[in-house]
Amino acid sequence: MSLSDPILMSRILTGLTLFVHINLAAIGVGLPVMMALAEWRGIRTGDPHYILLARRWARGFVISVAVGVVTGTAIGLQLSLLWPNFMRIAGRAIALPMFMETFAFFIEAIFLGIYLYTWDRFKNKYLHLMLLIPTAIGSTSSAYFITSMNAFMNMPQGFTLKDGIFTDVKPLVAMFNPATPTKVSHVIASSYTVSACLLVAIAAFSLLKGRGHVYFKKALKLAVVSSFVFAVATAVIGDFSGKFLAKYQPEKLAAAEWHFDTREQAPLIYGGILDKNNEVKYAIKIPYALSILAGSSPNTKVIGLNEFPKENIPPLSIHYMFDLKVTNGVMLILIPFIYMLRKRIPGMRGAVPKWLLVLLVALAPLAFVAVELGWFFAEIGRQPWIVRGYMRVSEGATTSPNVSWMLLLFVLLYLVLCVSCLKVLGKMFRNKSVEEELQELYPGGERTS
Amino acid sequence: MSYEIIGITVLWTFLYGYLIVASIDFGAGFFSFYSVLTGHKNKVHWVIQRYLSPVWEVTNVFLIFFEIGLIGFFPDSAYYYGTALLVPGSIVIILLAVRAVYYAYNTYGISNNGNLVYMALYGATGLLIPAALSTVLALSEGGIIEERAGHVVLKWAIFFSNPYTWSVILLALVSVLYISAMFLSYYAHKAGDKTAFEILRGYALIWSGPTILASVFAFFQINRQNPEHFQNMLHSAWMFIASLVCYLGAVYLVWRKRHLGWSFILVMLQFAFAWYGYGRSHLPYVLYKYVNIYQNFTNESMATALLAAFLAGFLLLVPSLVLLMRLFLFNARYIRGNSPKRGS
Repeated sequence: MSLSDPILMSRILTGLTLFVHINLAAIGVGLPVMMALAEWRGIRTGDPHYILLARRWARGFVISVAVGVVTGTAIGLQLSLLWPNFMRIAGRAIALPMFMETFAFFIEAIFLGIYLYTWDRFKNKYLHLMLLIPTAIGSTSSAYFITSMNAFMNMPQGFTLKDGIFTDVKPLVAMFNPATPTKVSHVIASSYTVSACLLVAIAAFSLLKGRGHVYFKKALKLAVVSSFVFAVATAVIGDFSGKFLAKYQPEKLAAAEWHFDTREQAPLIYGGILDKNNEVKYAIKIPYALSILAGSSPNTKVIGLNEFPKENIPPLSIHYMFDLKVTNGVMLILIPFIYMLRKRIPGMRGAVPKWLLVLLVALAPLAFVAVELGWFFAEIGRQPWIVRGYMRVSEGATTSPNVSWMLLLFVLLYLVLCVSCLKVLGKMFRNKSVEEELQELYPGGERTS
Repeated sequence: MSYEIIGITVLWTFLYGYLIVASIDFGAGFFSFYSVLTGHKNKVHWVIQRYLSPVWEVTNVFLIFFEIGLIGFFPDSAYYYGTALLVPGSIVIILLAVRAVYYAYNTYGISNNGNLVYMALYGATGLLIPAALSTVLALSEGGIIEERAGHVVLKWAIFFSNPYTWSVILLALVSVLYISAMFLSYYAHKAGDKTAFEILRGYALIWSGPTILASVFAFFQINRQNPEHFQNMLHSAWMFIASLVCYLGAVYLVWRKRHLGWSFILVMLQFAFAWYGYGRSHLPYVLYKYVNIYQNFTNESMATALLAAFLAGFLLLVPSLVLLMRLFLFNARYIRGNSPKRGS
């Protein structure tokens, strides 16, 4: 590892920016949906608690959007600054989704701005709520477009490579490649999940701290049920992604599962370590599970790593990322499930005990870690390619010798941004308690239903 | 018109949009901070905040739109500009980041009084960003970015010792303050805020002189930097004269305190004439002698797809922007502050 190697440094810097950005991007995609849910319930039932919920979520959301816009701008520009050769060549095939993403972002930015400043401005309360529809469509479709570009890098098609230049480009074919459906839906579903989990954690944390107001209980219920639904959807789509990998990107799945010999009835390996001879040790083996994951039948033949030339195999460490991500995903379904079943569990009598609240708080870190690991797995699993099968990472990077300095600068920037963001968010909500805000909003005393 | 011309016109128009919106934004940040320092805070601060709050996110998108569009239509520009601009580009990203984030913290996060450090950051970056961004215009004239043995290099010594670089920076600085003050005078006038209007009108008149001087200075520096471009500019001389006429009209109206809406439209026309005149005479080069809109254009199918996407996006974008403006810029009740100011 050398500090003056622009390729390595570019990889680290891009990875770092995305590492920060995807947290905020996931919240950006998911939270408008949650805000809409709360506001809709509030208007429909006339319950001011839900309206306040939407308001408080929206206020926190603005801060995360501000930082998200910034890191998004950074990655948008860094693509050209750090990977000029990649953009020069691949830009001929994939400029379309990137271009469309900026439009989606425009729409989101405009309507979010309007939403935030028009509480109480319309007589018909549904009008205000409707502003969230273009906001959510904007954020979700921007996730759609940008992920389809990433899908292209995994599953390039819609062009011919001639003398190092993409010719005969069919932009729509490139955009709607086989990786797009699973990748995009997985990203969107997991963004919704992360956002719901974050809100679960906030509500559960307040209850743990002894703030017993019914507002928090309602918040908790709404968020937990949503997170359960979204997490199940994410898992189902994750299963489709496994089948996709088996068919189109078998080396990634094989590397994730340490699956060396092509065979039927392949077992799924959980945990463990690899010794020098690539023998798996101390792992839990689930018979047939990999074949089932790959093709819904224990007799599916799963292609092994030995079929691929060594220089085209992704790092085998992605196994751990895959395992951990799936583990987290399972927890994201289990914990909300326990909460939802609590009335039937003997001894609980419908109350939410402390240990369950602690578990619910844990949903947020679990979900964020799962998202990060999922991206690590997807991106590192594509190595050594930047455009799989066509362009290696080393061919796409900048030749500028200054990347390490920029890396240092950005590390500092992101540290400052993240720390200050958390501080401001914390302060914002401590400054005004829910009770005070309800007083301000509904001075005549609250009417709850 | 050929695809190449349509493509570059679309991009140039978005950059023009950014020039106007961002100038208002950048200048407003500076004035907002300046008003605190000079004790005028309570007189102009709220007018500025009320304008900025709903639009701050939108500004950034114009810039990204241009960048992505440029690479989409002219992928080779990614190679030259991308490699050469790593350091200045990264610095711009950092400045933009600091600015946007601390604005949001100050507006939504902290108590109503605001935080002087945040405002200082906001004001200072408001001047540094346009200065940094404008240097790309200097680079595009050629002679500073070079390709040697398959490597793109930016010649820093030439870059900094070049009077044209400095003339562009100077022009960016003063026009940001000028455009912003002209707009805010109009906005304050509409809000019926006499004190704020008087102060902002003062700023507008003060900055109008340097703006025209800097323009003339930059105009003649192009001759030294790139005589070919300068000759082309002379062919479109009428555009620059029209720009000057609009400038005179705009300043006259502000001075007489009349028709401030028209005055700002004249400011927009002033910059539009100069901007399109400059852009038109720069053609066919995006980067002098290296990136040519005809030779370095993307393939035809991508070009058609991008233009189709642009058209569809534009049909969504324009009504949304109109809605934003009607709700906030041209809504008398909102401007006067009768409507609730915040999302809280």
